[in-house]
Amino acid sequence: MVMNDDFRLKTGLAEMLKGGVIMDVTNVEQAQIAEKAGACAVMALERVPSDIRKEGGVARMAQIRIIREIMETVSIPVMAKARIGHFTEARVLEALEVDYIDESEVLTPADEEHHIDKKAFKVPFVCGARNLGEALRRIAEGAAMIRTKGEAGSGNIVEAVRHIRTIVKEMKQLTVLGKEELVHEAKKLQAPLELVEWVAEHGKLPVPNFSAGGIATPADAALVMQLGAEAVFVGSGIFKSSDPEARARAVVKAATYYKDPIKLLEASEELGEAMPGLDITKLPEAELMQTRGW
Amino acid sequence: MKKKVGVLALQGDFEAHRKALERAGADAVEVRTQADLDTVDGLIIPGGESTSMLKLLHIENLFEPLRAFGQHKPIFGTCAGAILLAREVSNPAQESFGLMDIAVERNAYGRQLDSRIVKLDGDVEAVFIRAPIIRSAGPEVKVIASYNGTPVWAEQGRHMVATFHPELTADTRVHESFLRKI
Repeated sequence: MVMNDDFRLKTGLAEMLKGGVIMDVTNVEQAQIAEKAGACAVMALERVPSDIRKEGGVARMAQIRIIREIMETVSIPVMAKARIGHFTEARVLEALEVDYIDESEVLTPADEEHHIDKKAFKVPFVCGARNLGEALRRIAEGAAMIRTKGEAGSGNIVEAVRHIRTIVKEMKQLTVLGKEELVHEAKKLQAPLELVEWVAEHGKLPVPNFSAGGIATPADAALVMQLGAEAVFVGSGIFKSSDPEARARAVVKAATYYKDPIKLLEASEELGEAMPGLDITKLPEAELMQTRGW
Repeated sequence: MKKKVGVLALQGDFEAHRKALERAGADAVEVRTQADLDTVDGLIIPGGESTSMLKLLHIENLFEPLRAFGQHKPIFGTCAGAILLAREVSNPAQESFGLMDIAVERNAYGRQLDSRIVKLDGDVEAVFIRAPIIRSAGPEVKVIASYNGTPVWAEQGRHMVATFHPELTADTRVHESFLRKI
């Protein structure tokens, strides 16, 4: 696979975010709370996923004014979401000079067959994935960071766990296969052979691998990191809880000390109420966000 | 015997530094607590978000122990690490260890779209990611390399800073030069 300078700069910023927490924010006040709590980046959007789920309708790229205000206020990287396949929303965000674009299943897809040709952009992209094939297709399109999708806005970690476990297991399996078997695997994964071979040789993705979708507590963050995620995205989990400041600080601490039960205990004390959670098995298929993306 | 070097692993690209140290022939350990710090002969503060690192340094009561460590042992700061080692930080102003007599401006080249890879004198590849700029350096500071007229790699006594990321290249010369200080 080609590790040109452009790709190295894009994955380089993702390297800097490792061990950190990227928080969804909808206004300047929330962005300031996130930065003060130790977030390594913020994701600017109009509504957090649990509100998108509740209110329905078409979810689009956030208002430019909101993103710009957030960029002017905080010193940490600012990301923003574009709809799947909506390359002109992405061009607008690139012109605005956001630091990362999330081509996100949380917004209503704009194209039901194609994702954005991310290699054509100078700004780096992160994309969601539920399994290795999906992750490698996104990387082939130019994504410089993968995050497991989980189920956004659910406050339920079960899907994020399923997705990170799936990707890690599928990567491990590739490492014991012979060359000719990898050709067959590439066909099954619907991913380029070159990327499949890279993963088989290194046992990991060629880009940083983060986790998202359902993280509501410090222990949730530590769980997905112990399973192999290198950083976490927290959407509704912070600002839909009873004490966002304390919870933001606690999740930041948990992402650093994810292997240390004593520190996790400290992080888990006096947090107030977590966001309400949803039983995903009770959600109608059409309301799932994770199945968006192809 | 291999030198034992810590990498501050609160947040950022500590894994890349750990691997770079190993390539350069050192024994690398991740440092998250005072107990970890007590076992190492030198420390790298990696790239990442300096605001995140500062927050965790305070929550975990590591700020003063780290400054004290720097009074008698070498520290190498890259990017966010260089910001933390500085005497003065701007854009915005924030707290720092003051272990090197440099004034640093955060995100001084601009946003991610202004990140770049360049060649410095001596054919050293420098990866700049949302990098800071060293706006001034005191008389005790020795500038090792500059880019666009400002220092990007410098040392003062036992300490060293780089505003770029040598850990993101295959070249181990920058890490080796830090190991010689230990």
